[in-house]
Amino acid sequence: MAQAQLPVSGEFSAAGGHHPTAWKWYDYFTFNVDHKLIGIQYLVFSFVFYLVGGLMAVVMRTELYTPDADVIDPNLYNALLTNHGTIMIFGWVVPAAIGGFGNFLVPLMIGARDMAFPRLNALAFWLLPPAGLLLVGSFFFGGAQAGWTSYPPLSLITANTAQSMWCLSIILAGTSSILGSVNFIVTMVKMRVPSMPWDKMPLFCWAMMATSILALLSTPVLAIGLILLLFDINFGTSFFKPDAGGNVIIYQHLFWFYSHPAVYLMILPIFGIMSEVIPVHARKPIFGYKAIVGSSMVICFIGLFVWVHHMFTSGTPPWMRMFFTISTLIVAVPTGVKIFSWTATLWGGKIRYTSAMLFAIGLLIMFVVGGLSGVTLGTAPVDIHMHDTYYVVAHFHYVLFGGSVFGLYAGIYHWFPKMTGRMLNEPLGKVHFILTLIGANLTFLPMHVLGTQGMPRRVAMYDPQFTQINQICTIGAFILAFSVIPFLVNVIWSWGWGEKASGNPWRALTLEWTTDSPPMIENWHRLPVLTHGPYDYGLAGHAPSETTPSHV
Amino acid sequence: MKQLPASIWTLTVGILVTLIALWAGNQNLFFPEQASVQAPLVDHFFNLMFMIAVALFLLVAGTIIFFAVQYRQRPGDEGDGVPLEGDFSLEAYWTLIPAVIVIVLGVYSVQVFTEMGGFAAGGGGGNHLLMSHGHQPHQPMPAQLVSDDGAEPAPAFKAEYGLGGSERPDVTVTVTGMQYAWIFNYPEGITAGELHIPVNKSVQLNIKATDVIHSFWVPQFRLKQDAIPGHDTELRFTATKVGDYPVVCAELCGGYHGAMRTRVYVHTQEEYDRWLAENQFAQHPDLSKAVAVHATE
Ligand code: HEM
Ligand SMILES: [Cu+2]
Ligand SMILES: [Cu+2]
Repeated sequence: MAQAQLPVSGEFSAAGGHHPTAWKWYDYFTFNVDHKLIGIQYLVFSFVFYLVGGLMAVVMRTELYTPDADVIDPNLYNALLTNHGTIMIFGWVVPAAIGGFGNFLVPLMIGARDMAFPRLNALAFWLLPPAGLLLVGSFFFGGAQAGWTSYPPLSLITANTAQSMWCLSIILAGTSSILGSVNFIVTMVKMRVPSMPWDKMPLFCWAMMATSILALLSTPVLAIGLILLLFDINFGTSFFKPDAGGNVIIYQHLFWFYSHPAVYLMILPIFGIMSEVIPVHARKPIFGYKAIVGSSMVICFIGLFVWVHHMFTSGTPPWMRMFFTISTLIVAVPTGVKIFSWTATLWGGKIRYTSAMLFAIGLLIMFVVGGLSGVTLGTAPVDIHMHDTYYVVAHFHYVLFGGSVFGLYAGIYHWFPKMTGRMLNEPLGKVHFILTLIGANLTFLPMHVLGTQGMPRRVAMYDPQFTQINQICTIGAFILAFSVIPFLVNVIWSWGWGEKASGNPWRALTLEWTTDSPPMIENWHRLPVLTHGPYDYGLAGHAPSETTPSHV
Repeated sequence: MKQLPASIWTLTVGILVTLIALWAGNQNLFFPEQASVQAPLVDHFFNLMFMIAVALFLLVAGTIIFFAVQYRQRPGDEGDGVPLEGDFSLEAYWTLIPAVIVIVLGVYSVQVFTEMGGFAAGGGGGNHLLMSHGHQPHQPMPAQLVSDDGAEPAPAFKAEYGLGGSERPDVTVTVTGMQYAWIFNYPEGITAGELHIPVNKSVQLNIKATDVIHSFWVPQFRLKQDAIPGHDTELRFTATKVGDYPVVCAELCGGYHGAMRTRVYVHTQEEYDRWLAENQFAQHPDLSKAVAVHATE
């Protein structure tokens, strides 16, 4: 596979002596403790799962080309639906953004040689392959079919074995995420180079800080919910069995107490990527550093108190519907602050239209759509109509595809040279961007209309009045599927044979660019000393050159 | 172009954005027809938000695209941009203005929600009414007759959540969701697969589920309420337009969830009474005498 082509170069001399100079391809399949290698493990692993989840989506969209359930069995449709959602969240966005970019970048950005607990770090990664296998394996038992939310009682009475495997898989992924979070927090608190005060820490690291705190506070609650579910299915307990005195609403609270914050777990690291990519390619200091840090923290806090907006039509008393309407609306404010800050960063810049920058600007616009539809959903009166319709599907794909996936692509185009020592091909990157932009809007924009008009979500068959719009969505999905090809070709080809990258091809100012590409094991011969802020573009004396030697 | 002062540009853009937003907010784009008293409330509120959203989108996306074009790298220019790191008053504006907007929307949504009957949920309006049917108080109680015949007495219903009302509804129907059908039970002893209600009369739906969670949704009414095993829920509304509309299950309930659809028939009062009479006769011939008396009255 792709990792095999990683250039193995012996020209660095390792700091510690007993270390090898660079990792061999097979090291990527082992329990290795280097944060960079782990980061790449996460990224490649999650991308494979992205392809699997994407394939499931294509099958579902094919089914929805016609109103009747005529392509696949409706139970299989539900299994695909459930695993598509689960894989995209727990197998792609979370591990890629947090595990992948977080692990690769945080130590490099703060001038550390590794994470605080390297073994824990490797362990956190290696919890994921079994989690993935459990999900894939569950298809031999029919696949979990109760949606990624797995509400009981449906999840208690459908495909018990597969549902249990699903629970175990998520519990593993959650454990991995908790371990990772502890590691990030300790690393950032303890291991910054002495010359880096908190207010000179790159914004990506701040985003990882907010993400980790949120993950630590919310993930255990999900784990509790799923363990109880697992007990109900397998050990005869009745926490969520209504006919035996159980309460199905409690599950929804436990689930959403985690899963609303989870949407921020999936977007805060992406916001961090945005704050790195935009200044570099616009050649501008980030606008409003403190506001961006502050808004991450505010999102992280308020984000813990909005979960009931997923339950407006469920078992929710009136005062709660109103309380959570207002808290939800308030989250839009710090989110807006970030959007406006990035927009202002563009002002007066000298914008380089690299593929990374294109995806970042595309994200800005897509995310505005998703944020605005989120506000409409956040109010109980409108949500009573829109809940569980295609309008919601449109909303979360604008934030998750237009936001998280665009951001992951921006990050890959930006840091690929650092990770592999090779440049990606820019023209192919632009083709990829255009196809993705068209495909995403064609697929998801019409869904707003579907939902408003009356099409519920999670259905394998629908009223024939919705046929036309569904066909547009399906064509969009095919374009999206196709858009991955230029990207895959680009990554595989460039990794093996692409143009060699210098240490700092974008002339960026954060510390990861002060070492070679790819960085040596343990990152630097001698740790860098901070002489300027992370975003001091255009400020006298900080014109970075393309090749910053790593041993100054 | 350069000669025009910035204020004129700002003004033109402002007027354009306002016009487009006003237009978009007044179209009731994409909504199905309005067939309940709640529908115009929801639509009006949505359209207000849609108007604001269109304006914001045009402004933000327009600014992004304008900056992206205006501040592109010019050939041969390898320099950096303006080293601007922030601007307190600008940041205060774009924090405070959205904050005011969302707070106003929040307050407004409380009001809309109240008008929709949201705060009357679980208030007891529907709880003692399983056997009542306000518009014909002199009629014998068929549900009691049924239980006199040895059928099971109706279980007590205690709505906890939903949209309710404190006054007696004109019609009360018990709605039961099950994989994959909706069953409608009338206090007159009628059981039906579709919902029949009179127009312009207040209707109380007492909603339950027997197996998994379902969700009762009529897009034309803009109303949705989950049917939850173990928790009784309710919906109180008044249909405003004669016609028939889809009833859709909106909560994933299994493989055939998408096929769990039926219809609601909104009748004129006379049609409704006729429907009641016919079905009472068909389902309970033994009651035909009582019904016949009333039908000829
Ligand atoms: C402006 C900020 C946002 C607001 C006000 C908002 C509001 C909402 C609301 C009210 C719902 C529930 C809709 C329903 O089920 O009836 C929802 C669903 C959802 N949102 Fe957002 N949202 C925002 C941002 C985001 C972000 C940043 C993400 C992820 C990156 C996200 C992902 C989702 C997902 C995945 C769902 C669907 C969950 C499900 O039912 O399966 N949202 N959002
Ligand atoms: Cu949420
Ligand atoms: Cu159903």
